[in-house]
Amino acid sequence: MKIMKSTPAWIEIIIASLIKTCGYSAIVFVGMIFFFLLSEGLPTLAKVPLQTLVSTRWYPIEGYFGITPLLGGSLVVTLGATLVGVPVGLGTAIFIAEVAPRWARELLKPLVEVLGGLPSVVLGFLGILILSPFLRQFLDLPTGLTAFTGSLLLAGIAIPTIVSVAEDALDAVPRSYRDAALALGATEWQTIWLVTLPAARSGVLTAVMLGIGRAIGETMTVMMVTGNAPVLPTSISALFSPIRTMTATIAAEMGEVATGSAHYQVLFFIGIVLFMISLAINVIASAVVFRQRRRSERILS
Amino acid sequence: MLIRITAPKRQRARHLAQRLGFSVLGLIAIGTVAPILLVVVYIAIQGTPAISLEFLAGFPSNGMRSGGILPAIVGTFYLTVGTAIFSVPLGIGAAIYLSEYAAESRWTRMIRIAIINLAGIPSVVYGLFGLGIFVIFLQFGTSILAGSLTLAIMTLPVIISTAEEALRAVPQAFRVVSISLGATRWQTIRRIVLPQALPGILTGIILGLERAAGETAPILFTVAAFFLPRLPRSPFDATMALPYHLFVIATQVPGMPIQIQYGTALVLLVFVLSMNIIATVIRSRARARRQW
Repeated sequence: MKIMKSTPAWIEIIIASLIKTCGYSAIVFVGMIFFFLLSEGLPTLAKVPLQTLVSTRWYPIEGYFGITPLLGGSLVVTLGATLVGVPVGLGTAIFIAEVAPRWARELLKPLVEVLGGLPSVVLGFLGILILSPFLRQFLDLPTGLTAFTGSLLLAGIAIPTIVSVAEDALDAVPRSYRDAALALGATEWQTIWLVTLPAARSGVLTAVMLGIGRAIGETMTVMMVTGNAPVLPTSISALFSPIRTMTATIAAEMGEVATGSAHYQVLFFIGIVLFMISLAINVIASAVVFRQRRRSERILS
Repeated sequence: MLIRITAPKRQRARHLAQRLGFSVLGLIAIGTVAPILLVVVYIAIQGTPAISLEFLAGFPSNGMRSGGILPAIVGTFYLTVGTAIFSVPLGIGAAIYLSEYAAESRWTRMIRIAIINLAGIPSVVYGLFGLGIFVIFLQFGTSILAGSLTLAIMTLPVIISTAEEALRAVPQAFRVVSISLGATRWQTIRRIVLPQALPGILTGIILGLERAAGETAPILFTVAAFFLPRLPRSPFDATMALPYHLFVIATQVPGMPIQIQYGTALVLLVFVLSMNIIATVIRSRARARRQW
């Protein structure tokens, strides 16, 4: 038998500190990202009057930097994606976790993962070639490149996140909850809606928040299919006309601006706005998770 | 409501409602999955005729309207490898720290919140960050190095969280026995815990890299070249990449033959999905073989 020599203590210490450094790198990166966005984007406030920033006209070449239409565009597309993606995603998650037999489960889960792995540019590509001409004919619109087209594809991007997080949450509900409900005479259907789902509600809420986060941050798909028109959406009909999101604006225009120009800084400023939105969404989602963990710890102790 | 004893008639109605409800859920699930299959099959059918040796191993010609996509394939390969070089050691290190070294404290909770936030930051914001720090501030220029670093930071949360989960799944008894036999903490991690957690860690790495390989927004301003008639020679060269190339030929080049577009989409899809399949196979085999 080989006798293992003990590693010298100083190597242990070096390795431990290296690993600790890796551990803290995540905090460093978030800090660095925030710092660089601020350092490149905040000078905007000195150069561009606030009134211009909140105006409704985005026409950078002539110095109109109103980001309201872009914010509105992002919100409309995300709202549409949420309306489509949340029911479908949750329905799929419930089916996989509670209803489907084992074989169907083993088949459905990897397929949903495949959807999560599809590059967004491929979805955008198919959106241009297939979905938008179809929607234009089917809904009789002047153009198929609309917020609605973007919403449908974004729902496809949000669904894998919603399904996997919600399914985990449903799986985590103790077997005994379901058994108790069934023993009391509830049908499986009633058990799902009155026991399992309420017990998993914080996880389900997290799933919805993370799905929304994915949708609002998605870039390539919306850039390719939403028509790139920075118009402030004012009514529900805006869903069926071209819009322009914040992400698409950055992606489309950053390549053409001079480093340090007002336009460049405004694009970084939009980046700050996006960063803040994703921060807010994730803080809400993780606060829910932490609360749930604490409650389950209390129950167990 | 659940306690009340129900008459047989109502019971039948309830079971009917259940069957109806289950069918609706099943239809929703099929509605989610069927388009995915359709998309993959459709691209495979439309793209296969474009695939030839010339397409895979040739350079674009005639304003990218003919010829091959070799520079884009090679570029995506380099970017994926470059991303792995930075994100794998860092990600596994962070996971080991969270699972094996750190006690639960305010600081580890901070790290977790940071990881969650990294995972939620929009990919185009990573692109801005990479442009600001790597391309301009550190003066790497639009290069494979800048692109790989940007993608690595984006990939990090996926690798950390899956690797941590894999490490935590290794039973505590393994560690206790190892330490009690006189092994140090690092020896225990390296010889006992890591090998046991390896399949889970690998799965996470591959899924992270899959996302990196398919992303376009982070590489738009950090590495991607519209057209380069040669292969990159050093990490400081810009390069073409498959996802960006697909974006370019789908939206920026007028009169682009549809077949080349589908062919490029197919190559990208094969690249990404084969990683996905490898990850799934590793995971299911490890699960089947696991003894604890």
